[in-house]
Amino acid sequence: MKMPGKMLPKIFGFIFKKPVTVLYPKERLTPPKGLRGKMKFHLERCIHCGLCSHDCPSGACTMQLITGDKKQPVFDLDFCTFCAQCEEVCPKDAIEMTTEFELAHYKRGEAIVK
Amino acid sequence: MIWLANVKIPIGPQHPALKEPENFTITLDGEKVVDADIRIGYTHRGIEKLIETRNYIQNLYLIERICGICSFTHTQNYVQNVETILNIQIPRRAEYIRTLFLELERLHSHLLWMGVAGHEIGFDTLFMYTWQDRELVQDILEFISGNRVNYAMNTIGGVRRDISEDQKKKILETMIYLEKRAAYYKEVAVNEKTILARCQGVGILKPEIALKLSAVGPTARASGVDVDIRRDDPHAAYADTPFQVITTDTCDVFGRFVVRVLELFESINIIRHLMNNLPTGEIKAKAPRKVPEGEAISHTEAPRGEDIHYLRSNGTDKPERYKVRTPTMANLLSISEMLKGTYLADVPIIVAGIDPCMGCMDRVLVLKEGKENQPGYLLDWEHLRRYGIQWYAEKGGRIQ
Amino acid sequence: MNILLEILYLFIFPGFLFILGFGLFAEYMDRKIYARIQRRVGPPFLQPLADTIKLMAKEDFVPEKADKLILTLVPIFSLAAVIAAFLYIPVVSANSLYSFEGDLIVALYLLMIPTLALFLGGWYSGNIFGQEGGMRVASLLFSYEIPFFLALLVPALISGTWDMTGIVLYMNNHWLVFPFIFLGFVIAVISLQGKLERLPFDIPEAETEIVAGPLAEFSGRRLALLRLARDAEMVVGAGLIAVVFLGGPEPLISIEPHYISWIIGALVFLLKTLFVIFLLILMKSAVARIRVDQMVNFTYKWLIPLSLLQMLLVIVVRFGGWLP
Repeated sequence: MKMPGKMLPKIFGFIFKKPVTVLYPKERLTPPKGLRGKMKFHLERCIHCGLCSHDCPSGACTMQLITGDKKQPVFDLDFCTFCAQCEEVCPKDAIEMTTEFELAHYKRGEAIVK
Repeated sequence: MIWLANVKIPIGPQHPALKEPENFTITLDGEKVVDADIRIGYTHRGIEKLIETRNYIQNLYLIERICGICSFTHTQNYVQNVETILNIQIPRRAEYIRTLFLELERLHSHLLWMGVAGHEIGFDTLFMYTWQDRELVQDILEFISGNRVNYAMNTIGGVRRDISEDQKKKILETMIYLEKRAAYYKEVAVNEKTILARCQGVGILKPEIALKLSAVGPTARASGVDVDIRRDDPHAAYADTPFQVITTDTCDVFGRFVVRVLELFESINIIRHLMNNLPTGEIKAKAPRKVPEGEAISHTEAPRGEDIHYLRSNGTDKPERYKVRTPTMANLLSISEMLKGTYLADVPIIVAGIDPCMGCMDRVLVLKEGKENQPGYLLDWEHLRRYGIQWYAEKGGRIQ
Repeated sequence: MNILLEILYLFIFPGFLFILGFGLFAEYMDRKIYARIQRRVGPPFLQPLADTIKLMAKEDFVPEKADKLILTLVPIFSLAAVIAAFLYIPVVSANSLYSFEGDLIVALYLLMIPTLALFLGGWYSGNIFGQEGGMRVASLLFSYEIPFFLALLVPALISGTWDMTGIVLYMNNHWLVFPFIFLGFVIAVISLQGKLERLPFDIPEAETEIVAGPLAEFSGRRLALLRLARDAEMVVGAGLIAVVFLGGPEPLISIEPHYISWIIGALVFLLKTLFVIFLLILMKSAVARIRVDQMVNFTYKWLIPLSLLQMLLVIVVRFGGWLP
């Protein structure tokens, strides 16, 4: 006969086991190596071609005049979707994705990578 | 219960049973559903129009965001369309990796569905357990592609990341565990009395009606309709992958449960096959940025059913027209058929039974313009703002 | 009776404060064990109290269509009835302060008031989900009240008294009768689950079907009181079962001075109550919610005949003279 409570034996064992979730700020899981997190920009390798901003799907990467006379990419992480298309399209590997993922902040424009 | 005869209950647009806003107006007689009226269009995002304004590379990531769960199958359709027009050959290894992603996605989508179905019938423990296993699949996806959802893995001409030996090993290890879990869920689903009581004989969809209403995917297969795009029109590497198409003839929610659980096993087997027979070589073919004039249509078997994309290009680097028909759109009509004559308590599980993804589905909203103070009367933004201020002012005013 | 002691009894120890604290602790235990079963971490210890305080501070809003008076009275009546019922339950020793012949019946009736109040609250909330939930409350009322009453009368029958003090004394002197009333215990726990509207019987407030049912239009202080009443009801129901079936507060050994044996008695009572609550949690975690018609079927087909059978067994055993 089919009875309710089929899962009971298994359930009983879980009461005294460690939970699979963790309390986040106290305990952190390490992300895998290939995680696409906050990007790192190496200005010395940049040839100012603008391919990254041309292909950026969300408008996070724009070419702006910061130093010198050539425009360089500026990444606004408020818009970024972390698809890493800029990293892939860059001919000189000037853009690099790191595994940093804790990017919460209070105001717009606080998370800008230059 | 005369006083509750023919009461109209709105399920949605905001309702805990629906994860996305759509409106089901249920006419009740006591606890019985007499009629169900579906109104869609609450999550129209204008994606198709947006696609026309972006270049082909940017569109990859936009189309991925049509759906958060089955995102890979949408990009798969898109790249198939573009590759057909460009007429480029994809490396075999890329095809295999794509198939791997399609199947991983099916795994996590089905596990997610089981959890949601459990939640709808009040079985939160099942919900937590299946989602916990789903995390493992997402860990794999993150490990390979770098993202947990919206993997940004597909690109025109191949895939963007290769699979290393390490990753292969981890995938195969996880599959052993997941197979055990899937076997457990199968046992629970077939033996737990309360699940059976809630799912068996609920939401009946006869095969002929399923065909008539063009149901697709697990919904159709649970009604005994033997359709599966993976077998009927093989895309990616499905042509040289052996697998079975699961069908049941119970035609109810329980059948949909069983089909999805059994498909977990098939997906696990497919992934094993792909990993053990992964060809060596390139993962990407070079693709030009501009796409010549042409038209293409492509369909894949998404976790929820057949997903159809249409592309018309005009020789520039932007598409001229793009059209998406997601599986939920095809399955939605059958809901109103399934709802008739059931209990109010069964409405959530029936609606959830087709694994609806409303956000993917909503394409266009047609409004008939009505007269002032009539239903359908359209207000412009300024008008609406003034109306709101006036309304609150009459109430005693929360807005000054 | 010393007036000071009476005030202590009413407001602090087994009365108001203790029942609320114990109720909140029971809610904590419920949530924590439920979370652990689902392999989650679960809430911290003071979370139920924090939730209550937060709700107290929230905006108290009554919709236009709702009846303000009834929506105010419902939580107060529920909580008052539950606490009143607790006063009759012996907590520290077999003698409770207001014990009299028939207090079991009074406690059972008082425990029924929250359900009726909930029906009224749902019906007058002016919300379609609330009314639907109220209807469900009303239509399910008898399907769990009847087996609950019948099951709780079994110990009364076997001990030959309607007085909880008498039942406790009898149970402690005749431990061996427990196998004869085990079926009654199971039925009582199952129908208590239905009474508390917890899974699998949380039909009246099924959140995925009718949002929260009768609770839909309660907010702020009203909701906080209703939640407290629900917690207290869980404790009182479990305590009632612990008293009549499991022997209630029993110090086992009597130690002088008598307040030490009172403390031991209270601890034994708490442990027994928590055991019953633990059974409720286990039941909640392993099943799916059933439908209205299925529940009515289940209770009328299984629970009520079984409880009648249990009563018959007890009558035969008692009057056949086979009692151990």
